Amino acid sequence: MAAFISHQGLVAPMDRANVDTDAIMPKQYLKCIFKTGYGGWAFDDWRYLDSGDVEIDVNSRRPNPDFELNQPAYQGASILLARENFGCGSSREHAVWGIRDMGFRVIIATSFADIFYNNCFNNGILAISLTAEQIERLFGLAELGLRLTVDLDQTVIVLPDGEYMRFNIEPKRREKMLQGLDNVATTLLQREVIRIFEGQHKATHPYYFLTLR
Amino acid sequence: MSGQTLYDKIWQTHLVSGDDESALIYIDRHIIHEVTSAQAFEGLKLAGRPVWRSDSVLATPDHQVPTTDREKGKAGFVDKLALLQVSTLDDNCDEHQIAYFKLQDHRQGIVHVVGPEQGASLPGMTIVCGDSHTSTHGAFATLAQGIGTSEVEHVLATQCLQQKKCKNMRIRVEGQLQFGVTAKDLILHIIALLGTAGGTGYAIEYAGSTIQSLSMEGRLTVCNMTIEAGARSGLIAYDQVTEDYLRGCPYAPKGELWQQAVKYWRSLVSDSDAKFDKELVIRAEDIQPQVSWGTKPDQVVPVTSTVPPLTAAKDAVQRSDWQRAMQYMALSEGEAMTALKLDQVFIGSCTNGRIEDIRAVAKVVKGKQVAPSIKRAMVVPGSGLVKQQAEAEGLDKIITAAGLEWRYAGCSMCNAMNPDSLASGERCASTSNRNFEGRQGQGGRTHLVSPAMAAAAAIAGHFVDIRQVELASLGGEL
Ligand code: SF4
Repeated sequence: MAAFISHQGLVAPMDRANVDTDAIMPKQYLKCIFKTGYGGWAFDDWRYLDSGDVEIDVNSRRPNPDFELNQPAYQGASILLARENFGCGSSREHAVWGIRDMGFRVIIATSFADIFYNNCFNNGILAISLTAEQIERLFGLAELGLRLTVDLDQTVIVLPDGEYMRFNIEPKRREKMLQGLDNVATTLLQREVIRIFEGQHKATHPYYFLTLR
Repeated sequence: MSGQTLYDKIWQTHLVSGDDESALIYIDRHIIHEVTSAQAFEGLKLAGRPVWRSDSVLATPDHQVPTTDREKGKAGFVDKLALLQVSTLDDNCDEHQIAYFKLQDHRQGIVHVVGPEQGASLPGMTIVCGDSHTSTHGAFATLAQGIGTSEVEHVLATQCLQQKKCKNMRIRVEGQLQFGVTAKDLILHIIALLGTAGGTGYAIEYAGSTIQSLSMEGRLTVCNMTIEAGARSGLIAYDQVTEDYLRGCPYAPKGELWQQAVKYWRSLVSDSDAKFDKELVIRAEDIQPQVSWGTKPDQVVPVTSTVPPLTAAKDAVQRSDWQRAMQYMALSEGEAMTALKLDQVFIGSCTNGRIEDIRAVAKVVKGKQVAPSIKRAMVVPGSGLVKQQAEAEGLDKIITAAGLEWRYAGCSMCNAMNPDSLASGERCASTSNRNFEGRQGQGGRTHLVSPAMAAAAAIAGHFVDIRQVELASLGGEL
C-alpha cells in the first residue's frame, strides 16, 4: 500500500447522516470478483437518473444533476465530508473500493461505523472524525469551495487561512499508514508468537480444533 | 480488581499479543461465502501465501443463490456473474480443502443459520465472517464479528485479527414479553432506543430474565441485529438453553471432549462484580409489536402507532434524515402503520429464517388465504436443514395452501442479489434486518417486522396488530 503522509485536496460535502454501504455500493456490483474499478458505481442510485448494472456503461447513463457529488464545483475532489455514522450497515469492502476509485483519499465525518472505518485504513483511505461543531464549520466553508491540507504526520487539518484542527488517530494505525505497511506482512512477522499461542490454545481448548467435514 | 465481563473473558483467552489499544487476537472459526471471499483468496495467491488453518474454515454459498429450481443445480442460475462468483468459491474451497456445503448439499444455507445449526459456532470461540451479521453467533456466548474482505484475507493468512478492544455495554431486559411480541420486536425496540450508532465501539451483552427465557432461535435473532445499532458484536451468556441446543449438533464435540468443553463453557458468563461502561434496563412489558417506517433500522414504531411527526426529531440533522426517509417511503407524518397497503411479503433471512420462525408463520396463516392485493408472499428457509425440518412437520403444506410460496434456502430478498427482488415503488413487509434505500430492489420500500406480523400482513394485505389475530393451535410459541 502507498504511504500516506500528507494530502492536499478539494472537499466535496455530502450533507447526510447515516450513509449506509448499501447506498455507497449497491448490491449488483458485489458480484464482481475484482478489487478495483468500482469508481463509476459509488453512490449509484443517487448519482444517476437511470438504474445501473455491471454490464451497463456508466457513461451512457444520465447523471442526476441534484446529487451533491455531481456538482461542477466539486469535480476533482479528493476529500469527502460527511456527517454521523458514515458507512453503517453491510461490511462490504466494495463500498470503500468505490469511494477510493472515485478519487477520494480522505473522509472526514462526525463519526464512522466500525467495520467501514477499518476497511478504509485497509485500503489506504484516511478516515477522520471531528466534533459536530468542527464538521458544521467545514460544511459552511465547503459550499464556497474548500481546499484542505490533511497532515497525518502532524495529525492536523490545515484550513486555507492557516488555522488548523487537530484530529485523533490510534498511534499504530497512524504508523502503519505513514509507512504504507501491509497488514498481513506485519502480522506474519509474529508468526512464531502465533504458533506458540496456537499450540497452547489447542492444549487448553481441544474442542475448538475439530476438523470440519 | 473488579470481575470480568463475558466479552473480557473471551478477549483475554484469545489475546496473542499487544494491548487493548492494538491487539492481535486468535480466530477459532472463520465462515465464508461467495460475495466477500474471492478477492481475499486472490490476494493470498498474489502474495504466494497459504491458508494458515483451513480446518477452521466453513463455507457455503448463500447471498446470490436462486431460491427456485435448485434441482437444476448451477444451471438454475440466470445471472452469469453470480454463477461465476459461486464457482470461484467452489474452486477456492477445493484448492484449500475447506469444508464446504455446496449449492445442492442439503446443509447449504445462510452462513449465520448454518454455523449455529451445525455446532460450528461453539461457546467461547472467536468467530469471523465477511458479513456484518456475524454478530448472530454471539448468542452462543462467542465473540463473533463481521469483517471486511481485507480482514478475511488477513485471517486466512494469519488466523488472527488486528483489533482494538471494545467497551462493554449490557442491556438487561426483565419481565415477560406480551403475547405476540417476539425476539424480533424486542431487538427492533432496542435499536430504536439506541439509534443506529448507539452501539458503536461497544460489545453488547444481552442479559436479564427476558433474554434468559428466549429460545436459542430467539437469541440468535436478537444478536443478529446488534450491528444495526452499530455494535460489531452482541453476546449472551452460556446457560442450559445453549447447552441443550448444542448437544448432538454435528460439529459439537462428543464424549469426553464434550464433558471437558461443557466444564469450561459454564464459566462463560459475566462475573457478578464485572464493570460495564454502559448499562441499559428495559421492561419487557413495555414492548409492542414493532414495524419500521423509514429507511434505517432505528426508524421503528409500534404497529398501533403512526409515522412520527417531524417535530419529534431530536435535531436538524435527524429532521432532514426523516424527511428523506418519508419521501423515499412515500409516507407522511401521522400516517397509521395499519393503513399501509402492501405489495409483497418476505419471510426469511439470517434474522428470521429458522424453524421457529417458520412455525410462527404456519400458525398465523393456517386455514387462511393471502390477500388478493398481495402480488407475492414468500417464505424462504434459512438453510436446507430448516427446509427439511419444516417439511417433516408439514409446515410447507400449510404455507402453500394459504397461497404463500415455499422456496429453497438462501439470502433471497433480504438483499435481493438473486432474482428475488422488489420492483421500484413496491412496499414490502419483511422479516429481514435492513430497510435501507434499495436494499430489496432499487426503489423498493421495506418495512421490518417479526415473522408473525409479516404473515398476518400477508393475509390482511396491510399491517395488523398480531395481538388481535386468531392463531391456529400448532403448539409452541409465536
Ligand atoms: S440473510 Fe441478509 S443479512 Fe443475512 S447474510 Fe444474507 S444478505 Fe446478509
